Amino acid sequence: MDTQTKPEAQTDTSQMTGAEIVIKALKEQGVDVMFGYPGGAVLPIYDALFTESSIRHVLVRHEQGAGHAAEGYARSTGKAGVALVTSGPGATNMVTPITDAMMDSIPMVVLTGQVPTHLIGTDAFQECDTVGITRCCAKHNYLVTDVNELARTIHEAFLIATTGRPGPVVIDIPKDVQFATGTYVGKKGIHKSTYKPQTQPSAHGIKHAMQLMKKARRPVFYTGGGVINAGPEASAALRKLQALTGFPVTSTLMGLGAFPASHEDWLGMLGMHGSYEANHAMHDCDLMICVGARFDDRVTGRIDAFSPGSKKIHIDIDPSSINKVIRADVPIIADCGAALEALIKAWGKTKPQDITEWKEQIGRWRARDCFAYGNSQTEIKPQYAIERLYELTKDRDTYISTEVGQHQMWAAQHYHFEEPNRWMTSGGLGTMGYGLPAAVGIQAAHPNALVVDIAGEASVQMVLQELSTAVQHKLPIKIFILNNEWMGMVRQWQELLHGERYSHSYSESLPDFVKLAEAYGGLGLICDDPGELDAKLQEMIDYDGPVVFDCRVTKAENCLPMIPSGAAHNEMILSEITGEEIDEAGRKLV
Amino acid sequence: MSDNPASAYDMSHVEETEERRTLAVIVDNEPGVLGRVVGLFSARGYNIESLTVAEVDRDRHRSRITIVTTGTAHTLEQIEAQLLRLVPVANVTDITKSKRGLERELALIKVAGEGEKRVEALRISEIFRARVIDTTNKSFIFELTGASDKIDQFCALMEPLGLVEVSRTGVLSIKRGAEKG
Repeated sequence: MDTQTKPEAQTDTSQMTGAEIVIKALKEQGVDVMFGYPGGAVLPIYDALFTESSIRHVLVRHEQGAGHAAEGYARSTGKAGVALVTSGPGATNMVTPITDAMMDSIPMVVLTGQVPTHLIGTDAFQECDTVGITRCCAKHNYLVTDVNELARTIHEAFLIATTGRPGPVVIDIPKDVQFATGTYVGKKGIHKSTYKPQTQPSAHGIKHAMQLMKKARRPVFYTGGGVINAGPEASAALRKLQALTGFPVTSTLMGLGAFPASHEDWLGMLGMHGSYEANHAMHDCDLMICVGARFDDRVTGRIDAFSPGSKKIHIDIDPSSINKVIRADVPIIADCGAALEALIKAWGKTKPQDITEWKEQIGRWRARDCFAYGNSQTEIKPQYAIERLYELTKDRDTYISTEVGQHQMWAAQHYHFEEPNRWMTSGGLGTMGYGLPAAVGIQAAHPNALVVDIAGEASVQMVLQELSTAVQHKLPIKIFILNNEWMGMVRQWQELLHGERYSHSYSESLPDFVKLAEAYGGLGLICDDPGELDAKLQEMIDYDGPVVFDCRVTKAENCLPMIPSGAAHNEMILSEITGEEIDEAGRKLV
Repeated sequence: MSDNPASAYDMSHVEETEERRTLAVIVDNEPGVLGRVVGLFSARGYNIESLTVAEVDRDRHRSRITIVTTGTAHTLEQIEAQLLRLVPVANVTDITKSKRGLERELALIKVAGEGEKRVEALRISEIFRARVIDTTNKSFIFELTGASDKIDQFCALMEPLGLVEVSRTGVLSIKRGAEKG
């Protein structure tokens, strides 16, 4: 018998190098953009990427930038963000974005190079224990020592990152595994037997929730980032359920956009710098329906005074969120979208209770106009700057990211979101330096959109080098700096808690941001006159390229209203800080 | 006992009764899994009184980790939920809560002494049904199996008789009856 076969039949197409497996697996997962920085331990993957046209690689200037860019990409698209970095410092520089993504439940897959397997444990050049370091800050992580496990591991990582409560997953790949030849397997049928997130609500929970909802007289929806994570369908379901019930809605920082800010039943954000009406509604409600939020300390304030008279329904996909801080009367473990759909179905054609009295009370709280500020003809008030930015960008396809501090809270208060996935901010970890690289990631995902990083002059300098990334990759992000020359939130707390002793919170030697923008190849703008602000903002919006806008604002403006640490929701400071608001116990909190 | 402590920061100051629990944690036997479990306890400030681990299902690569912990009812509920968040954790069973738990520990106990003390040590070991697994003219090593308090008691009795060293496995547990888990 003639055993000679044709040459192509001898080639098993599933055999390839580890580096090729990585690229093929990413493509199968639908990755179109990734963010990274090459180095010795990932060179084989970079080599495989060299001729790859279907994945756009955005070269950053520092690995932290790659991580936050991947987060911005993920949060604005609902897909997993992907970052690729080298071993040692490449991996350790990723620790902040990984932790950030963990705290805010952002789906992200991080590929790190590792020294060859035979060198692991020898303190080799650029070796670090990546899986050890990231074990406590990632949802899951892997060290792949067998090339035949690589494809399966990558597919499993995407599954884990994007399902259940989303989060970052790290895959550490030694260099010899990238060179070795192994078998590629597709994503079909990949599962992990110990990993089974519960997505469908229990009938019992829905029934119990419905009983409470039908008789509530002072109800409030308290929604969070989980609604955004559950996809646009969940936001649509929230709107539908709200329309059926007429219940007022507030949201955490992470949940902004799930419910339209223009809606008459929108209460604004709640929490430490949330609205007066939202916090009072939370305090005085008789039924709180928490959807995809986790009773963070910035939301609850003093726990023994938190919403004392209410029954609490808590919908969360993560069972550990339930009863962690606040005891739920009705726990519902489920995907927010699935739970909201079930509630809509259970509500059916029920006629809502008359809650006119409750809405009138809310109207009286709203009439306090808690976000009002004294505007000025001569100085730009930071709140005014955000208001104008909102007015000039609201009708465009706009995405907003922020850094962390006063500007972030003013943005949350004065920029209004109608849709989910439009607001990217570091909520849980509070990472200064998040906004600029996040904007890079958002713009890479949405090339034609207007992407604005609302920044402070202190935060923006933390990961400023990514301006170079934006210029190189023609990502026309707008960095709108509210420059008050202070680490504003630090200054505010020093005023409030430390007798106006402003220890190391003044930014000496600030760069000339206009020249800085020009040095990087972007456009620099500066404005300190409220009369010129609109024209300058328009110039920023119209410019086809990255812009740094140095907006000089009132230096000592405080971010108000505010619930002081250790105080209850109904003990908000509205307009004046006297320094007497916080007691001894409160001073010790953060 | 209040369900709602005064503040997220004050939880440790709240006076609540602590309970002792034995948890059986079934995990995928993959590299680093013990580190994840132990890391979770230290990161969130939970107690570990005893911990044992070994593979129990070779075909499915499943290991059983037995953890004895203490905490308030609230903390214990969180410990279970947080353990289940770990990707390689298949399930968590609270053996104590089930009221059908059996607990055993194995200890190796070295006692050195001469004369009357040596005779007394041997006599007590017989009462406890300990086995002598090594002996010299001046010492014994006893192997003792039983509930933890039985081993504690044995060690206390050996103390004046020349207790040198103790090695214990930590608590192993399983539920009574025909059913699994």
